[in-house]
Amino acid sequence: MAGLTLASPSAEPRRGYSPWRETWRRYRRHKPAVVSAVLLLLLILAVVLGPFVWRISISDMDVVAGLQGPSLAHPFGTDDLGQDILARMIYGGRISLAVGLAAMLVSVFVGTLIGALAGMSRGPLGYALMWLTDLFLSLPQLPLLLMLIYLFRDGLKAVFGPEGGIFILIVLVIGGLRWMPVARLVRAQFLSLREKEFVEAARALGASPTRQVVRHILPNALGPVIIAGTIDVAAAIIAESTLSFLGLGFPPDTPTWGRILYDAKDFLDIGPHWALFPGGAIFIAVVAINFIGDGLRDALDARKVI
Amino acid sequence: MSEPLLRVSNLKKHFPVLGGLLSREIGQVYAVDGVSFTVNRGETLGLVGESGCGKSTTGRCVLRLIEPTSGDVVFDGQSVMGLGGGDLRAMRRNMQLVFQDPFASLNPRMTVGAILAEPFIIHGTVASASERDDRVASLLVKVGLKAEHMRRYPHEFSGGQRQRIAIARALTLEPKLIVCDEPVSALDVSIQAQVINLLEDLQAELNLTYLFVAHDLSVVEHISDRVAVMYLGRIVELAKASDLYRNPQHPYTKALLSAVPVPDPKAKKPRIRLKGDVPSPMNPPKGCHFHTRCPIAEERCKQSAPELREGSNGHFVACHLA
Amino acid sequence: MALLDIKGLKTHFTTDDGILQAVDGVDISINRGETLCVVGESGCGKTVTAMSILKLIAMPPGKIVAGEIIFEGRDLVPLSSSELDDIRAKEIGFIFQEPMTSLNPVLTIGEQIAESLRRHEAVTKKQALERTIEMLKLVQIPNAAGRVHHYPHQFSGGMRQRVMIAMALACRPKLVIADEPTTALDVTIQAQILDLLQDMKERFGMAVMLITHAMGVVAETAQRVVVMYAGKVVEEAPVDELFGNPRHPYTQGLIRSIPRIDLDAEHKTRLEAIGGSVPILINPTPGCRFAPRCKHAMSICAEREPRLREIAPGHRIACHLGDAQ
Repeated sequence: MAGLTLASPSAEPRRGYSPWRETWRRYRRHKPAVVSAVLLLLLILAVVLGPFVWRISISDMDVVAGLQGPSLAHPFGTDDLGQDILARMIYGGRISLAVGLAAMLVSVFVGTLIGALAGMSRGPLGYALMWLTDLFLSLPQLPLLLMLIYLFRDGLKAVFGPEGGIFILIVLVIGGLRWMPVARLVRAQFLSLREKEFVEAARALGASPTRQVVRHILPNALGPVIIAGTIDVAAAIIAESTLSFLGLGFPPDTPTWGRILYDAKDFLDIGPHWALFPGGAIFIAVVAINFIGDGLRDALDARKVI
Repeated sequence: MSEPLLRVSNLKKHFPVLGGLLSREIGQVYAVDGVSFTVNRGETLGLVGESGCGKSTTGRCVLRLIEPTSGDVVFDGQSVMGLGGGDLRAMRRNMQLVFQDPFASLNPRMTVGAILAEPFIIHGTVASASERDDRVASLLVKVGLKAEHMRRYPHEFSGGQRQRIAIARALTLEPKLIVCDEPVSALDVSIQAQVINLLEDLQAELNLTYLFVAHDLSVVEHISDRVAVMYLGRIVELAKASDLYRNPQHPYTKALLSAVPVPDPKAKKPRIRLKGDVPSPMNPPKGCHFHTRCPIAEERCKQSAPELREGSNGHFVACHLA
Repeated sequence: MALLDIKGLKTHFTTDDGILQAVDGVDISINRGETLCVVGESGCGKTVTAMSILKLIAMPPGKIVAGEIIFEGRDLVPLSSSELDDIRAKEIGFIFQEPMTSLNPVLTIGEQIAESLRRHEAVTKKQALERTIEMLKLVQIPNAAGRVHHYPHQFSGGMRQRVMIAMALACRPKLVIADEPTTALDVTIQAQILDLLQDMKERFGMAVMLITHAMGVVAETAQRVVVMYAGKVVEEAPVDELFGNPRHPYTQGLIRSIPRIDLDAEHKTRLEAIGGSVPILINPTPGCRFAPRCKHAMSICAEREPRLREIAPGHRIACHLGDAQ
């Protein structure tokens, strides 16, 4: 009976996309972001596939050809020991980008966890976590970074080997000091989303708090987190370069972009190419990532998504 | 007469107001301040009042989406108040909610199919995915949409269509009671009628009981069998819908009725205009809450609050002078 | 001669998905001292029409692509924004739906009302204050002399709307455009505000253009009514005629689809809903825009757009139905 009287309630719903495809559609409209995404992809492909194409080892020393400018044999030139800078850049790029991504994952994971707990808690836990966040925000970052690395470097080296140990340490230290903005973002998102009617509807249907968070709140809170995470990758790459540049990052025989820059600094007058390539790579990666962040911000604009 | 499906007795909800340096409690909002009513099986009870009168809070307290401060809610012979965990979840299968804003009440990141299948997953009532799909499809057809709409996302639908989806979600677990919280006020005039008709048809077909919360007296009067008028956290009058319109007893009801614009330029109506605004529920007037705006208030109205008492068969009014 | 004559107004918006034809060929005229209601559902173009008069729409993305808006013999469309400033408030007052967002929260209401007085009339600060207090008294704000120094957040919703009315009327405009002035208010407050508007209109003799979606409000306030649907005028008639003898199927549907508190008490009838939803005005289908939802649609309705034509004195509809008869 009802079916009959209800006929013709509606025209066809208008053709639309899933929320994620809609995001992609809007992202594509941001031209610099699209160019940047292609650039970053090329950079990643280069460092991942590079060693299979460019077969010079990073430790091959060509003592006679030290400090040479770009040539066919060494497209990016060589350093003072005659090591091929291109090979070292490819190797170092892997580490620099991996540090950036891993540190971002750490900060997003910690930030989301703490922000979510603070955002769902209606009691003292929320206050305590936000107090902790503010505390971390007020710490002087660089001295702390230096001190932590100084304290734990040798212990971790002993367990995970010189490269693995320092990688874990740097990722944890950079990520562990950058989760606070993410936590604040997530908390703010949770505070507003948990009062949304679709979450209340889930509660009325008997959904457990875990289900409310995982199915309803978190997916809708991710937009700003993704944007913040993107920017975090760039910040972590710079932080790693800074540490390496200060000589506190990876060991001298492990070239990262920052470390190459550090080694090059004494030869700026006679071998500027040596600093130019790692500096340029850091610059391109960071600018590209920031543009991608801009594009994502337009595409994931919370007002349009929710 | 059989036992009513829902019996609410002396329900109160006082929200603390926090302020100051350490977020101490500096006052209370008396959102719901001693409300009692019953809803019989298969009937629609309208709960009407202006913003801040506590009608939505009452609806949510009945479902325990808001924890009442005191009072009792008995559903189908069982008190809802003491329930926790699994018992509360089981109880919720029997009472559901339809929201005001269909743009906020559907998760934008889930397909319509996922939204409608979720209740089955939460309660584990329908195990297989294909069976869930069948149930979702028939629900969509029931509310006037099409089965293939389950693969779409909420933003692809118009407001009226979304409200149909929200109604379908409320129906998934075959509840006995649906609390409708302003289900048509966010919709366009021509769409309101579609949704009202849908709610009426579903009630007839599935023998549903509605607690219909709204501010629009015309809509409430149309859909309800009985209507309760609320003012500042209390029910001031409760009567059969036609009775309430023809023979309003409480001065607030009279003023409310005369303020409703009637779509007939030739209609003759009494003009009762209330002075001033509704007082703050943080600091409600002593005695009868309405006395500050009441055209006939006397001294005793300022002193003591009138009880809701039955005048003539089933017509309740809370006024010293009625 | 009409006070305001809108002819063939087309206001379009550029969106990501294409051109949105929000107002697409609208003719509306208002006579001196008359109350005209423009009624329609959300997205019908009633607000955009009103905003176009004083160019209060954001441009871009909005653009008046065609038409004339003749106010007292002068076309407003080509005017610059500083020329329009001389007309705003002084000649045409505007009352918005949401009084909180249209009042500046950091200025007292007295400062805001006095600002437009001093902008348009040669008055001293003291005279402006006196006039402001007088206006606040007129809109029945208790203790006007004290309240004039208060900030918007210190007023309730209904009181804020009174302040908005006082502000719109301070310079005695010849026309007041009220865009859903009572939609955000409770029904008892709505009745107060509608009474006040009527009262002010009688006192100052201005014309009122009231934009609303509520047929009840129309019936209680209007002298003449324009019904809009999907960016077009579908029917126009004096209020008694419109409610007594609605001729466009959309108007008929609109009137029959609302629950009637005065009739329902006697015999409950099923509401006559209009099927379907309001169309999206990007690349609309040719022909009558209501045809997909119309019970009486004929083949011609999908092909040719009906023109607005007079069927009785002052009663115009845009529908092919009358042609066939």
